[in-house]
Amino acid sequence: MNDTSQSFVKFEKIDKSYDGEVLVVKNLNLDIAKGEFVTMLGPSGSGKTTTLMMLAGFETPTNGEIFLDTKPISKIPPYEREIGMVFQNYALFPHMTVAENLSFPLEVRKISKPDIKEKVQKALDMVELGNFGTRFPAQLSGGQQQRVALARALVFEPRLVLMDEPLGALDKNLREQMQYEIKHIHDRIGITVVYVTHDQSEALTMSNRIAVFNDGVVQQLSTPDILYEKPENSFVAKFIGENNTLNGVVKEVNGSSCTVELDGGFGMVKALKINVNEVGEKTQLSIRPERVSIDSSTSGSNNFSGKIEELIYLGDHIRARLDVCGNNEFIVKVPNEGSFSHKEGDQLNLSWDSEDVRALDI
Amino acid sequence: MEVTISTAELLTTDGIPLKQSLRKAERRNKLRAFLLVFPLLLFIIVTFVMPIGDMLLRSVDDSQINSVFSNTFDEYKNWDKEADELPPEEVYKSLFFELANGDKRQIGKALTRMNYAKSGWKSLIKKTTREIKKIVKKGEEPVSYKDTFIKINKLWADPTYWYSFNQMVSERSSIYYWNAIDRTFDKDGDVVLQDEKRRMYMNTWIRTFKVSIYVTIFCLILGFPVAHLLANLPLRYSNLLMIFVLLPFWTSLLVRTTAWIVMLQQNGVINGILVWLGVISDDGRIQMVYNEAGTLIAMTQILLPFMILPLYSVMRVIPKSHMRAAQNLGAKPAMAFWRVYLPQTIPGISAGGLLVFVLAIGYFITPELVGGKDGKLIGSWIAYHLRTTLNWGLCAALGGILLGIMLIFYWLYNKIVGIDNIKLG
Ligand SMILES: Nc1ncnc2c1ncn2[C@@H]1O[C@H](COP(=O)(O)OP(=O)(O)OP(=O)(O)O)[C@@H](O)[C@H]1O
Ligand SMILES: [Mg+2]
Repeated sequence: MNDTSQSFVKFEKIDKSYDGEVLVVKNLNLDIAKGEFVTMLGPSGSGKTTTLMMLAGFETPTNGEIFLDTKPISKIPPYEREIGMVFQNYALFPHMTVAENLSFPLEVRKISKPDIKEKVQKALDMVELGNFGTRFPAQLSGGQQQRVALARALVFEPRLVLMDEPLGALDKNLREQMQYEIKHIHDRIGITVVYVTHDQSEALTMSNRIAVFNDGVVQQLSTPDILYEKPENSFVAKFIGENNTLNGVVKEVNGSSCTVELDGGFGMVKALKINVNEVGEKTQLSIRPERVSIDSSTSGSNNFSGKIEELIYLGDHIRARLDVCGNNEFIVKVPNEGSFSHKEGDQLNLSWDSEDVRALDI
Repeated sequence: MEVTISTAELLTTDGIPLKQSLRKAERRNKLRAFLLVFPLLLFIIVTFVMPIGDMLLRSVDDSQINSVFSNTFDEYKNWDKEADELPPEEVYKSLFFELANGDKRQIGKALTRMNYAKSGWKSLIKKTTREIKKIVKKGEEPVSYKDTFIKINKLWADPTYWYSFNQMVSERSSIYYWNAIDRTFDKDGDVVLQDEKRRMYMNTWIRTFKVSIYVTIFCLILGFPVAHLLANLPLRYSNLLMIFVLLPFWTSLLVRTTAWIVMLQQNGVINGILVWLGVISDDGRIQMVYNEAGTLIAMTQILLPFMILPLYSVMRVIPKSHMRAAQNLGAKPAMAFWRVYLPQTIPGISAGGLLVFVLAIGYFITPELVGGKDGKLIGSWIAYHLRTTLNWGLCAALGGILLGIMLIFYWLYNKIVGIDNIKLG
């Protein structure tokens, strides 16, 4: 945390308020290493764009300092920060052709004409729009505009690229293709990327690390696998991936694990102690659907039964919604091995490993 | 070959050719659409196309006088001005009978027209007609009509009167247009400058242009920041500001113009404040009204909304992220404004500019009231001839020139900016 020499971008105790009444970013501390792809993920209004704007220089932090390459940047105006940015709506200049859009950052840097031409062509080739230089932005499809915006943010070789929901306006197929392309470009040129999205699958597939935002606070900052498998609070557990919850009260604490009595007298559950401290505390248990096994009374320490409310056939697996311990939104994913013969209304035996249950805050 | 076969095969399920079937289906819609726009079309024809067409016709029309003096004019055209100093006998003779037998009212009208060409015609002909009628009554037949005329009034021997016929002898003539720019026809029918004391329109035209261009520029300079503010202020402030911009529309033009007189005159508010502040001395009060300056100031204020509104409507839709993107790409704010913001406002600038300019060149009331003698625009002349001299042909020609200028600007605008780019609101 104190090691500024290691981190390329460093947010230190950043607070931001627009109106002096509400903090839209609270005590943000974030370190980003050179070459890293960090995603800010969070629901709408959680302060992601605000954070990005502070980094780009269009909003000033109410408190704290941002360091770029160990230098505080609050005194540097936006046009000297050398940070590329892909805006939420692309912000391509409609009166300039694609090539002129790309030359713009080079022209203001007084780069020579032939160099500009070469760099623009290279950037266009990179996003596979080599022949589109003479078109106007309005003559391009959404995906093409997006790629032009990306090329424009990269063409002047910035130290850092910020992307604010760059794929938000694209349809699903194109979005997936562009995720891959952006990731590919990142790997190839090794630039540091700060990416904003509220689409969790996008965050999981693209990022080195993800900062999960809620209410202006970073809830957890971690690699995608840790975020998914080891969420540290119930917001992250619910926001990333699918999640089953059971509410209860801590009855016993035993080192890194604990025993929880479910509300409504449904029994006791052994779980990992993550975000609870002492006996008597209320807690929310989190279990991933794929970690629940059915009809296997032998293994696992937590055995329960549930009534099938709904079955959805999804080809490779069957999605079962059960009523378990008073929660009728309990999801189980059954791999389609051809042996599943239960119908709606049947009772199922469920079990899960205590290592897969996390006792979180409520 | 294949094309004809395939078109022949395009039939509906019922076997009717597709095109015909489509036409039938569309006919109803077309009819309905036509009926919907018909009242508007009629309105435009009656209130716009017909009056303007009538005006344009009048501006080239000299048929009234040609019907009154048709024989005289015919004979007049045979006059060889190089050979004879005065017109041939035939001309005098025809004029004699046309004055003697002509309809009094028609002649009266024609006399007014003749006076536009040369002052003095009216009284000369009136006197002459009286004498001619006497001669006719007595039943005498003059030996020489020419001598008779000259005996009645020696002005009939002055060829300059006869030369002025050149301006009237054709039913369709461009003389009014030439008059409108201080030109006339000489004795050979060639276009020449008017006498010095009759030149008055060119100066006014030049002033009209100058004032219109200045007003357009001032409106742009004053309106651009206001429009920018309007487009970027939070809604509740911009609404308030918008009311201030629109307020002039809700106040009578006359009231506003009069208010400017109160403000600007030598004993007015502005001079008073300047004297009070000691900027100028009491005898050094500045003349700001009843001259060109007054016209400029008042017209700029009055036409300002016509600049602000188109600008505003264009600026409102320019995303704020564009300026940010430009700066993010390394442009200083001034550069970002110049390269990214300003070019996107051009449709608004040109629409506002065109609107203000076109309104300004035809402006009347304000320059009339605050312009004094040297701040009047061409509209004043139109009004003057319309009400005082009743020289409608000249009015129409002045109006026609205004119309032509507007069309030229419209054409230029379309060439340079493209008329689809116009944004008025
Ligand atoms: N210019 C502004 N003035 C006042 N409040 C603002 C301004 N911009 C954003 N906010 C508020 O700050 C909060 C965070 O906004 P922000 O744009 O950072 O959210 P976000 O995480 O980017 O959301 P989204 O996913 O919808 O883009 C919101 O509650 C928003 O209403
Ligand atoms: Mg946002």
